Amino acid sequence: MAKIYFTADHEWLSVEGGIATVGITDYAQEQLGDLVFVELPETGKKLAKGDTAVVVESVKAASDVYAPVDGEITEANGTLSSDPSLVNSAATGAGWLWKMKLADESQLASLMDEAAYKAHIA
Amino acid sequence: MTGDDKHLPLEDIHAAAGARFGAFAGWSMPLTYPAGVMKEHLHTREHVGLFDISHMKLFEVSGPEAVALLDRACPLDAATLEITQSKLTFFLNEAGGILDDLIVTRLGDTRFMVVANAGNAVADEKHLRALAANFDVKVEPLDRVFLAIQGPEAWAALSRAGLETGSLLFMHGIEPRKNWFMSRSGYTGEDGFEIGLPEADARELVASLLGDERVLWIGLAARDSLRLEAGLCLHGQDITPEIDPAAAALMWAIPKEIRASGTFIGADALRAAVERGLAQKRVGLKPEGRQPVRAGAALFDADGNPAGHVTSGGFGPSVGHPVAMGYVATPLAKPGTRVFADVRGTKIPVDISSLPFTPHRYRKG
Repeated sequence: MAKIYFTADHEWLSVEGGIATVGITDYAQEQLGDLVFVELPETGKKLAKGDTAVVVESVKAASDVYAPVDGEITEANGTLSSDPSLVNSAATGAGWLWKMKLADESQLASLMDEAAYKAHIA
Repeated sequence: MTGDDKHLPLEDIHAAAGARFGAFAGWSMPLTYPAGVMKEHLHTREHVGLFDISHMKLFEVSGPEAVALLDRACPLDAATLEITQSKLTFFLNEAGGILDDLIVTRLGDTRFMVVANAGNAVADEKHLRALAANFDVKVEPLDRVFLAIQGPEAWAALSRAGLETGSLLFMHGIEPRKNWFMSRSGYTGEDGFEIGLPEADARELVASLLGDERVLWIGLAARDSLRLEAGLCLHGQDITPEIDPAAAALMWAIPKEIRASGTFIGADALRAAVERGLAQKRVGLKPEGRQPVRAGAALFDADGNPAGHVTSGGFGPSVGHPVAMGYVATPLAKPGTRVFADVRGTKIPVDISSLPFTPHRYRKG
């Protein structure tokens, strides 16, 4: 059973078997507006917590999405190349951004659970 | 958003419509409504977009020497404007740089309406008043709500709201009611109107227009993507006090005789610049692929030499691809020429493109 975490930067992580699937929250996609392009990372890229992993571009602006923890990219959501609007319509589902192999699972302890995130955006 | 931003008179209506606000040119402005920038943009091209542009400023210039003042302040032959005729013009500095772009409309023999950009309104007023001291004229900033009604069904929506636009053609303006100013113009590339009117009248007109399902509030985000697709300049980005009308490819706005013999501020510098030839020129830019290329991105030629920069860029919802404009070295300023934009270290191929990206659909006659 996957466990869900959230960051203060409005990302979600679904962690199962040492792999985190990462995306932005529904709140974040609403703030950004209609996305027209997602710059995806290459598989195998190693990221430290806080590094820019993905750039999401709306009609108006480009915004960085940061790696919430250390790890290595194992997969990027290629569907977004042809349909970036999936991030708007299904931010927490089919609009996921990348998967990463966690370097240090203890970093997850600093993230929020859903209740804490809901309080964060309230 | 800071606490210092000015607030639109109709802010309560925008808030009730679900607007997301952001700061622009010292104003708290609706950026998007719940429909979102993409739908708002497309709706304007297909039906009617309603924009609150009250951050822009209307000035009435009147008096026996109104023509003389405008001819000094702008590269304009104000005497040749027919009553109701509007013209795009500029305030230039002594170096020929563009302080602001303006629309001047002749309301009567000695009366004109000047519409200025929000960010420059205070400086424009100061500039105009300083010049006016030497002329027998009155410069009066008007306290108005300013609305743009844009799109192919704009005329029909206004007609339903009781405002006939009839024979009014593109770039003409009239005063249909007391303290109203209505011109057939806009900044979307579509047929449309801009109406300056007192707040109470504006509340009535807005309520009436929104009762029409063809009419939707449109925020500043879509206003920007619409004007960019239409190839129209945003002052502060595409045109600035460091850029003259020749480099900006806006000489069409200056009558030939005025270019040759006008005595407007900046005339000598502009003539010298034209004679010298342009180092850079404003062009349309079409990035290859789907990745937007945005303002500030540096441009390079095929050999990697600096070639210019992007001044506006984003995604064009109607054309379905990224669109941009910017300045490139004159020899490269030909449609089809390929340059490269640096986006976060990646070189994106960009083709020089003719403007506009979407054809203008003005009602000219």
